[in-house]
Amino acid sequence: MADRGETLRLEDVKVLIIRAPGTNCDAETKDAVFDMGARADVVHLNRIIKGNISLEDYHGIILPGGFSFGDMVRSGVILGKLLRYNLKKEFDEFIAEGNPVLGICNGFQALIEADFLPGLDISLALGKNISARFEDRWCHIKRYRGGLFTRSVGELVKIPVANGEGRLILPEGKEEKIYEELGENRQIAFKYATGEGKPAMGSYPENPSGSYGDIAGLTNNAGNVMGMMPHPERAFYRYMYPDWTRDYGKPEGYGDGYYIFKDMLDYIVKKL
Amino acid sequence: MWEVRIYYKKGVQDPEGDTTLQGLKMLGFDCAEEVKTAKIFWIRGCDREEVEKICRRFLANTTSQDYEILQL
Repeated sequence: MADRGETLRLEDVKVLIIRAPGTNCDAETKDAVFDMGARADVVHLNRIIKGNISLEDYHGIILPGGFSFGDMVRSGVILGKLLRYNLKKEFDEFIAEGNPVLGICNGFQALIEADFLPGLDISLALGKNISARFEDRWCHIKRYRGGLFTRSVGELVKIPVANGEGRLILPEGKEEKIYEELGENRQIAFKYATGEGKPAMGSYPENPSGSYGDIAGLTNNAGNVMGMMPHPERAFYRYMYPDWTRDYGKPEGYGDGYYIFKDMLDYIVKKL
Repeated sequence: MWEVRIYYKKGVQDPEGDTTLQGLKMLGFDCAEEVKTAKIFWIRGCDREEVEKICRRFLANTTSQDYEILQL
């Protein structure tokens, strides 16, 4: 059992980063957690399925970006279904205890395919981008109400996306109803926006995938599971920004993505 | 042998199909009015019930996609 005593210090926090064949953002994600002073273990999915590693030993889980299983069939589907059909009980318990789970890009796709998001017995899909292209670009997302992951995140976040299948699709005929429900439940964490912070309104390339309602990130009803298409680990330091010399001055310091990891770890330390 | 076809539901935009249509027009195939894409899987060794289950659970995301199963 992970130490869940009240005296938990940041250096005692253990985050589990689950990798699968084709995951390629695990190292940066681990660095982000490590930079903040917590411990992160990158563990292959099979070791968890075999029972060599227990979720109970960790305070938080991150499903990092990449191309798990080569994005075959649909992005994230094989990883998502393996989680759903092998580890559902363990994940349900981990989530029910209030522990945070963050899915980034391919991790978000896996959480959607596993039906861990958005919960409420609703199944969503992430389809091919309307542009029919792999969208690898910097964009702006606006923070809405996103539970524990967005407490200190600025209202407008500059962050890169890198995906071919990031278009959130809501069940046909029920789009507006479910969109309203997600909004009322405060489950919409981020929406794509213009550089001035205005809603993207589906325009390209501000909403790079054509995602329904400009949605870039979602949480579950309790707010402790979040999936997002943009990559916070790629906007962790200011020097990762293409225009840092113009906009941000010195290379030292953190970027907008830092605050998502900070909020996750702050929550673990303060909650436990 | 089963043939499984997976494709976007009627109301869901199919960007690959749209781009293909655009390409056809640019190549002078003005006859083309609509292009839809599908992914095909050939599966041997399962019965129909199992193939149905495979489609519902894995090959199709039934929120955005439909599937067809044909016996070859």
